[in-house]
Amino acid sequence: MIRFVVRRLLQMCVVVIVLSMLVFLWLRSLPGGPVSAILGERQTPERVAALEKALGLDQPLPVQYLKFVERAVHGNFGVSTKVLPGEDAFQVFLDRLPATIELSVLAMLLAIALGIPLGYLAARRRGSITDTGAVIFSLVGVAVPVFFTAFLLKYFFAVEWNLLPVSGRQSTGLDATRVTGMFVLDGILTREWDASWDALKHLILPSLALATIPFAVIFRITRASVLDVLDEDYVRTAEAKGLTTRVIRARHVLRNAMLPVVTTIGLQIGGLLAGAVLTETVFSYRGVGDALATAFREKDYPVLQVLILAAAVIYVLVNLLVDIAYAVIDPRIRTR
Amino acid sequence: MNDTTNHTTDDSTDHSTDDRTEDARGARPTFGQRRKDRIDQLATAGTVDDEPGVSLIRSAWKRLRRNPIFLIGAAITLAFIVLAIISPWIAPWDVTARPLLDKVRPQSNPVPGPEPGHFLGADDRGRDLFSRLLVGSRQTLIVGVVATLFGLLGGLTLGTIAGAVGGWVDSLVMRIVDVMLSIPSLLLAFTVASLARNPSQWTLVIAIAIIQVPIFARLLRGSMLAQRASDHVLAARSLGVRPTAIVFRHMLPNALGPVIVQATLSLAVAIIDAAALSFLGLGNPDQSQPEWGQMLGRAQPFITEAPHLAFYPAGCIIVVALGFTLMGESLREALDPKTRR
Amino acid sequence: MSARRTVATWTMAVLAAATLASCADSERNDDGGDGGGDDGTFVFGAAGAPEMFDPFYATDGETFRVTRQIFEGLVGIEPGTAEVVPELATKWTPNDDGTEWTFELRDDVKFQDGTDFNADAVCANFERMFDQNEAGQTAGEYWGYVMGSFKNDAANSLYQGCEATGDYEAVITISGPTSGFPTMLSLASLSMQSPTAMEEGDANGIAAEGEGFSFPAYADAPVGTGPFTFGEYDEANGTITLERNDDYYGEKAGVSELVFRVIPDESTRRQELEAGSINGYDLPNPVDWQGLEDDGNSVEIRDAFNILYLGFNLDGQNEQLKDPKVRQALYHALNRDQLVSTQLPEGATVATQFMPDTVSGYNTDLQPYDYNPDEAKRLLAEAGAEGMELTFAYPTEVSRPYMPDPEKIYDALKTDLEAVGVKVNVKTASWNGGYLDNVTAGRYDAYILGWTGDYDSPFNFIGTFFGNLKENDFGTSGMPWGKQLADDLKAADAVVDDDERAAAFSDINQQIMEDYLPGLPISHSPPALVVGPGVEGVVPSPLTAEEFDSVTVEGGQ
Repeated sequence: MIRFVVRRLLQMCVVVIVLSMLVFLWLRSLPGGPVSAILGERQTPERVAALEKALGLDQPLPVQYLKFVERAVHGNFGVSTKVLPGEDAFQVFLDRLPATIELSVLAMLLAIALGIPLGYLAARRRGSITDTGAVIFSLVGVAVPVFFTAFLLKYFFAVEWNLLPVSGRQSTGLDATRVTGMFVLDGILTREWDASWDALKHLILPSLALATIPFAVIFRITRASVLDVLDEDYVRTAEAKGLTTRVIRARHVLRNAMLPVVTTIGLQIGGLLAGAVLTETVFSYRGVGDALATAFREKDYPVLQVLILAAAVIYVLVNLLVDIAYAVIDPRIRTR
Repeated sequence: MNDTTNHTTDDSTDHSTDDRTEDARGARPTFGQRRKDRIDQLATAGTVDDEPGVSLIRSAWKRLRRNPIFLIGAAITLAFIVLAIISPWIAPWDVTARPLLDKVRPQSNPVPGPEPGHFLGADDRGRDLFSRLLVGSRQTLIVGVVATLFGLLGGLTLGTIAGAVGGWVDSLVMRIVDVMLSIPSLLLAFTVASLARNPSQWTLVIAIAIIQVPIFARLLRGSMLAQRASDHVLAARSLGVRPTAIVFRHMLPNALGPVIVQATLSLAVAIIDAAALSFLGLGNPDQSQPEWGQMLGRAQPFITEAPHLAFYPAGCIIVVALGFTLMGESLREALDPKTRR
Repeated sequence: MSARRTVATWTMAVLAAATLASCADSERNDDGGDGGGDDGTFVFGAAGAPEMFDPFYATDGETFRVTRQIFEGLVGIEPGTAEVVPELATKWTPNDDGTEWTFELRDDVKFQDGTDFNADAVCANFERMFDQNEAGQTAGEYWGYVMGSFKNDAANSLYQGCEATGDYEAVITISGPTSGFPTMLSLASLSMQSPTAMEEGDANGIAAEGEGFSFPAYADAPVGTGPFTFGEYDEANGTITLERNDDYYGEKAGVSELVFRVIPDESTRRQELEAGSINGYDLPNPVDWQGLEDDGNSVEIRDAFNILYLGFNLDGQNEQLKDPKVRQALYHALNRDQLVSTQLPEGATVATQFMPDTVSGYNTDLQPYDYNPDEAKRLLAEAGAEGMELTFAYPTEVSRPYMPDPEKIYDALKTDLEAVGVKVNVKTASWNGGYLDNVTAGRYDAYILGWTGDYDSPFNFIGTFFGNLKENDFGTSGMPWGKQLADDLKAADAVVDDDERAAAFSDINQQIMEDYLPGLPISHSPPALVVGPGVEGVVPSPLTAEEFDSVTVEGGQ
């Protein structure tokens, strides 16, 4: 087990190094970039040369890369040029992360809270209207572009019916205390209940939008998995033994059906990152996704670099955790 | 979005192998990234063709014919393809002509409404909206098909090499694929598209194709590996058939089932992802050939004053993506031997 | 390695959070509900976050919008115009050759940290701006742009020195007369900042790091003389809070708190305004103007102080373009009236020259080239350039006040050009991702670009375009008249008398449009800003330099 984990971590390092090289070289080979962003209409070749010299962009690429690596080893990933100018790019990532964690966790909880019971219900009543309806709903959920779902939610719930805030993370003028950067949690920790409630209201629509795809996937895998287990010999045996339905459901069906569901949930976390870029853009929600979208638009290379690498690392780590969790849950693997 | 669809594609194969056949689990590595395993499972699932009598395809077709979900999906897909082919001839207006330009006033009349001859009115620069929607189907199909095709070709090359040759080649190719799989797929597409020097339709296609490559590569490799040990390949080999011939005549054709399923689902994903890229401003800036994702992305500034500019292309995208998904899902179910009971 | 570091960092972060949580206390200051004050809050939706808060190193409008409320310059701008008026200096007088300027200063001003504003403070500011390290010289973009160079290259600098000749009298020496001085002192970048605070915060301690700059502490704690003081920048929530300066020497601000909230998405800004969570935002989409007005908001339209033009590269591969007849033909081919009325916001006008009519030196006699495709075809035939090819480019991923949607404008121009038989090779690149590079490097035959004036000076427009012979986007060095034009511009700029100078620029404008034809001025578009119901006192500025001290919000927030 430990050997396996170490091997996977080493593998991840290789991936990160290769990726950093690719991203770095590719970004640097592009025209324009930070210099054009700073100069705008005032750009002349003379001023470009001066600025490139000041920023070290006139040196050969390998030299630039080595400098980048040298700085990165010391925990310095370069400073942001546009997302939060002057701030260390890694710090930008850390600053934005709590917002995205908050959003993703809520989205995931929603997806689980809706997906698993509905999937179970649909499987129990296979072929019924509930089942067919839910299946079609989940298929449509996947077919609608995430940003469009987000837009529709915003348009109706925030603009037309004025039930929830349109965008952002918290209303202005609340003077809330910051502890973790997760506003809902901060409000609870400091007992500023109004701040917490306000932040939660800002979270509802974006997390609903973000939850659609994981919901659809969790729903369908739960349904499929429960269907499968219901068909198993041990369930039939249990029925034959005369166990009550409730006991059968709790002890045999649900428990065994949950294994693939757990895997899926883990996998969806990686996918949430991509969805967050779109959702956060629509809701002007200041998280990692919004930073990434800004960095794409404004060509903020240091931030782009850090965020892409961070996304890869998180993704791989989550996968690893899922595998470990799987081993813990599944007795067949645990024994080995 | 993309990986999610991937996982959805694999769930029913997954549950069947995961929980029913213990040895299926035992046969593969205990741990491993699930995402890869899922693709691999799809690869093996569709290719089991050891049942005597009824051929896989015929029995699949027998069930599909009576499956309403498949029929709906197929009908949408067919209508979409036909429309994409004939649309330039049936569209009442040229898509670059601006017949209603002189009615456009940025404040008082930003988007001219319907009038005789212009069933849905015009867009923000006086072009006939209905014609653009019709003709948009063509470009949308092209982006989807070409991106999937490129992804398939890339995956085919990598997957066939890995699966057919095996050994260190296999390891090398699979490490490359692993690097590609290590970034959430849509994020990879964003990155590739945002790095394009001159954004165009092709950068869009390439960005989407790249995220399909590792999926197809794993799919084909898995399928190849499963067959390398199979009886008919063994037979061919013992008869002295050349290795290339074995790969192309015996192994590849048998791997087609899951590839077709994945391609159908990938088409839907490609169309949705293209829209997402356009939404972030990373799509094709040239509007002379309309594309639904681009039309949707371009409609953002008008979302309050003329939401229909966004709703029509969005509706089209949703319906078509749903069509492909319905078809792909029912195909997969039909080709999955586990459900043939 | 870095991956492990991440893990470690995160473990630390989680532990730290857990520790913090156990002793987390509300840090709210309960002085009167929300942030203190009773005259309400004005919340303005900004499209982007400010770079930092030291205007000297800033280059973008989002930063200046904030710093303008905190700082003032020696010279100010009359609200609602581009006219220069006294601000921290009450009066200024040049010597005869326009090289020594004596500024009389206000004697009742203190910086927000209590430091006296006097002649010493003025000179400390100028010396600070002049004396920059290498990073500061590139980051201090606006100084470099208007003054030419810094202390280490003092000979080429317009600024030559500052001397306190009295408690409230300072003399600034410049290398030669120019139309831009002292108007340029109204630039937000050249505002007066507290010498004490700058020293404490090591204001000049800027350093280049990777692709960006890391800024000193002062850049996050600016101190000026203006009607608002810096409160806090809540990065996590994207809000910048300014508070009323109750010790302000002039009329106090109408609201006790001014908040800028970052909302990058345009349609979201509108929705937030309708929801009442912001009180206004900048650059509403022209499409929304009518709807916003209908909903009870007021759309304030600024006077256009910009120019959109079609530029040619006259020193490039395209030989046909070097024939003035061909260029004339292209001008006649373009239907600018239709473009302006159908693609640009109402109030936009067709341009006759490379500057708007509010700038001194504007030539009122010039008439726009008329739209005449037949004449265009005839001229092209005469020049033997029928079916000529033109590599014509536009930028993507950008929206400027003078061109809300470049692609749309381009599309219209391209259609017109094709109608007279020109074969257009479409080129495009994103604004930051190569477009500007390609334009300055002369890789396109033709391109669309524009300019928003920094201050009221003709040289700030046409001097920028054609004044630098060696490096300008039009490639005028390839034309026989290029040097003449550059010299004329410099000569006109050095004329001391205002009227004579205006006349000289007016003549140059005529020559540019009638003899040289380096490009075609297309339009001036009025940018707008919008405020919600109950907001009074916003004075739209042509320079997009609104000061929010006159704003009041009914009923507060």
